[in-house]
Amino acid sequence: MLVIGELINGMFRDVAKAIQNREVDIIQHLAEEQVNAGADALDINTGPYSKDPKADMKWLVESIQKATNVSLCLDSTRADVIEEGLKAVKSRAIINSTSADVEKMETIFALVKKHKAQVIGIAMDKSGVPNDKAKRIELASRIVAKAMDFGIASEDLFLDPILFPVNVGQEQEKEILESIREFRQLCTPAPNTLVGLSNISQGTNTRSLLNRTFLTMAVANGLTAAILDPLDKELMNALITAELILNKNIYCDSFLEAYRKR
Amino acid sequence: MELLKEKCVGPINELEIGSGVYAVKVGGQTCMPFLFQEGRMPHAPVTAVEILDCEPVDWPEDLVKSLGSRAKDPVVWAKDVLSETHANMLCVRLQSAHPDWVNRSSDDAVSVLKKIALAVDVPLIVIGCGDDEKDNDLMPKVSQALKGYNALLGVASQNNYKTITATCLADGHSLIAESPIDVNIAKQLNILVSDMGFDPRRIVMHPTTASLGYGMEYTYSIMERSRQAAFMGDKMLAMPFILFIGAETWRTKESKDGGVLGGVNWEIATAVSMLQAGAEILVMRHFAAAKSVSKFVELLMKRGR
Repeated sequence: MLVIGELINGMFRDVAKAIQNREVDIIQHLAEEQVNAGADALDINTGPYSKDPKADMKWLVESIQKATNVSLCLDSTRADVIEEGLKAVKSRAIINSTSADVEKMETIFALVKKHKAQVIGIAMDKSGVPNDKAKRIELASRIVAKAMDFGIASEDLFLDPILFPVNVGQEQEKEILESIREFRQLCTPAPNTLVGLSNISQGTNTRSLLNRTFLTMAVANGLTAAILDPLDKELMNALITAELILNKNIYCDSFLEAYRKR
Repeated sequence: MELLKEKCVGPINELEIGSGVYAVKVGGQTCMPFLFQEGRMPHAPVTAVEILDCEPVDWPEDLVKSLGSRAKDPVVWAKDVLSETHANMLCVRLQSAHPDWVNRSSDDAVSVLKKIALAVDVPLIVIGCGDDEKDNDLMPKVSQALKGYNALLGVASQNNYKTITATCLADGHSLIAESPIDVNIAKQLNILVSDMGFDPRRIVMHPTTASLGYGMEYTYSIMERSRQAAFMGDKMLAMPFILFIGAETWRTKESKDGGVLGGVNWEIATAVSMLQAGAEILVMRHFAAAKSVSKFVELLMKRGR
C-alpha cells in the first residue's frame, strides 16, 4: 500500500502561512514527520490562498527535497503549476490529477510522458461527480484507454473513484468500494487504485474512526494507495493490520513494529 | 514471448564474515537462487565443514571412520578440512562443554578453540554446546577470545538470545538466529535481536535444518516464503540462511545404515535441495560430501557468468 501524506496542503492555515513566509523549517518538519510515521510519498498542494502557485510549488518541492527523498505527489488543478513542480523534482513524481475529460487527459498525460511520472486519474468529468458504480467504471475506463494511447504503463496509473463524505452521500460508499474492486479488473497488469481518505469523514465529529474503518474496507476491496494523515497512529495501525490479514506481510508478534522497520 | 518478471524491492543483506583474503561474502542477491535471468546473485553460496572440539563419540561409524585419527585432535582435523575439502569456512561446535558430554569448563573449551583459530585462515563459525545455561557462560568468552576475527557465532533462539546478542554486539561478530521451522518466529526473533541495537544486516537465519526424508520440504517452504517476503521489501526477513546439513543428515537411519555412500549421498542430496531453497551457508560433515557440493555450486554459478 502506497501511503501518501496529505499534510503539506495550503488549505491548512499554518501551512499556508509557512508558504507565504517561506518558513522552510515548518515545511521540512512536516515532511519528515510524515515520512517517519510511514508515508511513502508526500502530497503537495499550494492551497487556495496562494497568490503565485507556480513559485510556491517550486519552493515547496525544493524545500521538501532537502529534507527527504520520498516521491512527491504534485497536487494542483492547474497543469502549469504541476509542470513547475515536475521541473524541480529529483525522483519520480506522481501527478495529482486528471479528470476523464479528453482535453485535460491529453495535457496531463503529455506531462506524464515527458517527465516519466505517475498519475492519478479521477473518475469524474465536466458533467460532475458520478453517483453510481456504473458511471465511475465508465469514466475510469476512459482514463485507462487514454493512458494506453499515450503508452503509460497501467501500474503508473492510480484510479480514484472520488470519495463522498459519509454525511453527504452515504448511499455512495458501497458503490465506491465496489468500484475500487472493479477498477482493478480494467486491465492487466492491474492499475493502482487510490482515495483521498479524509473526504469520507469531512464535516463529521468522528473523523479518525470513519477514516480507518473505511480504509480497512477499501484495502480489502483492492485499494493500493491512499492520500491520508500518516500521523493518525490508529489509522496506520489499522492499515498495517488490514494488510497483514490479507497476507501481504508475514505475521510475527511485533507485526506493527516490523512494518515500521521496513 | 515476453518474460513477466516480478520486481525485487529489497535485496538479501550482503554480509562479510572473516577478514583478509579469506573473508567470505554471502547474500546480496535480488532473485531466487540461480535464476540469473531474473536478477543478480553476486556471491556463490559457501560451504563450511563442521568439526567438534573433542572426539565425536556418538557420530555414525561410517562418518567417524572417514575421519580416521584426525578426529582425536581438533587442530589436525581443522587443518585437514581445509587442505582436503577447500571449504570456504570452518565451523567449530563446542560440544565438549555440554554438561552431559565432557562438561569441559568454558575456559578450557575456549583455549582449544583458540588453538584451532590460530591454525586456520578461513572465517570461523562457532556454535555453543546446546545447553542454554552453559552457553550463556561459554559464548561471551568465545566472543571475546575471537575479537577481531569477525566470526559468525550461534545460536540465538527466541528463549535465549540476549547474552549472545550482547556479546556479538560488543566484539563485532555476526550472529545466527535460529527458529523452529516457523517463519513467524524467525521474523520475531530478528526483531528482538535488532531491538537490542544489533545491526539486522549482521544476522544469519537458521530456519532449522530438516533432512531429506525427514521434513526437508517444511524447511524448504519456510525459506521460500521468507525469501519472497524479503524481495517484496520485508527487511526483517532479508537475512542470509545457514543450514546445518551434516549434523541433520547423519542423524537419519539411511545415513547410519546405508554404508558410507548412503550417508554421503544423503548429505549431498539435502544440501543441493537447500541450495535451491536459498541457502547461503551450508555446513557439512563428511569431507567427500563437502567437496561434491562445492563443485556443484561452482557448476551452477557458471551459468550466471
